[in-house]
Amino acid sequence: MNFWQKNKAHIFKLIFLAFFNALALLSLIISISQGGYILAVITVFIMIIINFVYLSDRFYPLRYILPGTFFMILLVVYPIFYTIYISTTNYGTGNMLNKDQVINHLENRTYLPDEPRTFNFTAFKNEEIDQFKIIFEDREREEYYMADTINREISQISLSDAIFQGLSSPSELEEINGYKRLDRMQIIQNLGTLEALKIEFADNELRMEGINTFALYRQRFVYNSANDTIIDQRDAHEYVVRQGHFYNEEMGRLSPGFRTFVGFRNYRRLLTDDRILQPFFRVFVWTFIWALLSVATTFALGLLLALVLNDKDLRFRKLYRTILIIPYAMPGFISILIWRGLFNPEVGVINRILEALPFVDALPFMNNIFWTRAALVLVNLWLGFPYMMLITLGALQSINPSLYEVSAIDGASIWQRFRYITLPLLFISVGPLLVSSFAYNFNNFNLIYLFNAGRPAIAGAQTPAGGTDILITYTYRLSFETGRGADFGLASAVTLMIFIIVATITWFNFRFTGALEEVKENE
Amino acid sequence: MNKSKSSILKHIIILLAIAFTFFPIIWVISASFNPSNTLVGQSLIPREISFSHYREMFTSTQHPFMRWLWNSLKISLITSVLAVSLTTLAAYPFSRFRFKYRQKGLFIILLVQVFPQMLAMVAIYLLFLNLQRYFPSMGLNTHLALIITYLGGAVGINTWLMKGYMDTIPRSLEEAAYIDGASKFQAFTVIILPLIRPMLVVIFILQFIASYSEYMMARILLGSSSQYTLAVGLHLFITDQYGARWGVFSASAIVGAIPIILIFLLLQDQIVSGLTGGAVKG
Repeated sequence: MNFWQKNKAHIFKLIFLAFFNALALLSLIISISQGGYILAVITVFIMIIINFVYLSDRFYPLRYILPGTFFMILLVVYPIFYTIYISTTNYGTGNMLNKDQVINHLENRTYLPDEPRTFNFTAFKNEEIDQFKIIFEDREREEYYMADTINREISQISLSDAIFQGLSSPSELEEINGYKRLDRMQIIQNLGTLEALKIEFADNELRMEGINTFALYRQRFVYNSANDTIIDQRDAHEYVVRQGHFYNEEMGRLSPGFRTFVGFRNYRRLLTDDRILQPFFRVFVWTFIWALLSVATTFALGLLLALVLNDKDLRFRKLYRTILIIPYAMPGFISILIWRGLFNPEVGVINRILEALPFVDALPFMNNIFWTRAALVLVNLWLGFPYMMLITLGALQSINPSLYEVSAIDGASIWQRFRYITLPLLFISVGPLLVSSFAYNFNNFNLIYLFNAGRPAIAGAQTPAGGTDILITYTYRLSFETGRGADFGLASAVTLMIFIIVATITWFNFRFTGALEEVKENE
Repeated sequence: MNKSKSSILKHIIILLAIAFTFFPIIWVISASFNPSNTLVGQSLIPREISFSHYREMFTSTQHPFMRWLWNSLKISLITSVLAVSLTTLAAYPFSRFRFKYRQKGLFIILLVQVFPQMLAMVAIYLLFLNLQRYFPSMGLNTHLALIITYLGGAVGINTWLMKGYMDTIPRSLEEAAYIDGASKFQAFTVIILPLIRPMLVVIFILQFIASYSEYMMARILLGSSSQYTLAVGLHLFITDQYGARWGVFSASAIVGAIPIILIFLLLQDQIVSGLTGGAVKG
């Protein structure tokens, strides 16, 4: 074997590592240059681990596990901890930025003093490069300044300069170095650019004030780091930090606020504020009812069909099965949107059929809580029965047929055989899957949200909570339906409540299936 | 009950179930060929057949259905390929090597999977919002962010599935290869990979369908119409004026569903055996 063949794997590994390190270094440079020091530290940390694992022989198994684990840590493990953190903050609309960013934002605000210093101006434009030069004239002090839009620097000039030779005022000047003077009409045409112009002048800002003048604007808010307050220069009010805002007794709070630690406030709100607790409780109860109903109805129909299809003598058995799993094979979002159309209360097919039938009338699907829930259960039945049918069919095959023969000899009826042999044996293998199906429907976002977005609304609720909302759609609406502003803090608190519930269910499921024992057995 | 009566009853039950199954499908097929675009005038059998909705679906510039479909297919394909690769790699040492913390590692993967990823929507949204400042190409409104998100959620459960399947392959096969001088990596690629092909297919298909149908994360992370997946696009397309866009919606629903249904029906036996192994959809 030559050198290449012997070391092929090793060389590939080194090339891969070099590539990875180059990429990591690049992102390191980017994050440091943008001020992302935490990100930089994490990048270095990952770099060290990766190089160590792939160069040292001690961690051989990790070489295989690491790539997948990376994504799991980044998008499952880290978000769990981040969610816990957010639930103790006031993060949300109005409090999106951190404190430094808010101070920076506020310090950029300016105001026009009562007696402003104003300047007349003459503007010149170079059409080719689309840039301006502007000459400012302070008539009172007889001072002249010139600035341009390229570097926005301003410098004092005097009428004795060469370009003003023979002129008494800058407004008589026709051209400076290829910049042509703008007449009044042209100024109006370029108003957008001129109004957006901010020129630094003696620590303050020169901005357009009217069609003829620029004025000196002053920085309005100044942060005092010594006692952590903000002073309003205009009226000398002092704003102190309170609950994520700069706050003044008389003036109220400044927007935007910043995100800050609020301890258990979100949890307290959730559990004590009636306008939040009441709808939350209704959503909570409906989530359980919904998950139970979903599992019960789909399992009942699935079981019935599986029992029928389990008959080996049934003609077209295979064809029937194939047809009946179509709802399971269809992408869920498409089926749900179709059903949404069919259930449309005014023009949907279902209400038109109901109207055409004797003794029944159109039903208020989508607008009435009860009927919307009923429609959801029916749609879920359609979506879910094939899965139940499939797993039950599988489980039925594993039941030893001799049990039936023995019981038949003992004179058991069909019902008795089903009740005392089929069902108990079925539950042993299907039971854990029913529990995971419960957990799945507990968080069945797509169905609830795409069908009617959790509506109709519950009257009088302070948070957006609807009559068909389950916890997960409720959380989504708290976070991302921006009508009343997102409340990430409260949403994260709700998330952790859901997590505790789902974790409990899953824990029972593990005990049921013995998945934990499996880990040990394999040792 | 005698035999033939019971058989007739069984056929009746099945036929009722089939009628239920086809109910929405038939209406949507009919609507897609009905020249009227509204829900109001829909009848089960259209008075005339028209392809205008299909034509609009392919050509509409305001609502780029084909773009959405392409985005969905692209994202699902990349996610599935990567998910299969990552989980196969991760499952291999758990199935084959005995190392310190192996048991703990398996347990942690199982435990982490208890947390449904969609619960972390706020955290994931903020993660990409913050990352965007440094790496705009993987921030909000990029497909890369969505793919990474899906991968994070896909690794845990699929690693377990794959490990379980690998455990059923006798070790003596690799041991023979080691004797012939194969390295561990060679044994993995030459011996194991071909034998686990059925499970690779199952994980690929399940992941493909799951990514294709995912709505929530796509809605949160994607912001502009040209980036939407089919799920987000179609939902927003019909949210307002549902009645007035029924025909075009129906045509797109059919075109969007057919590839998935076909894959599923062709591979149903493999998928069903994979399902009972633990993957749950409904």
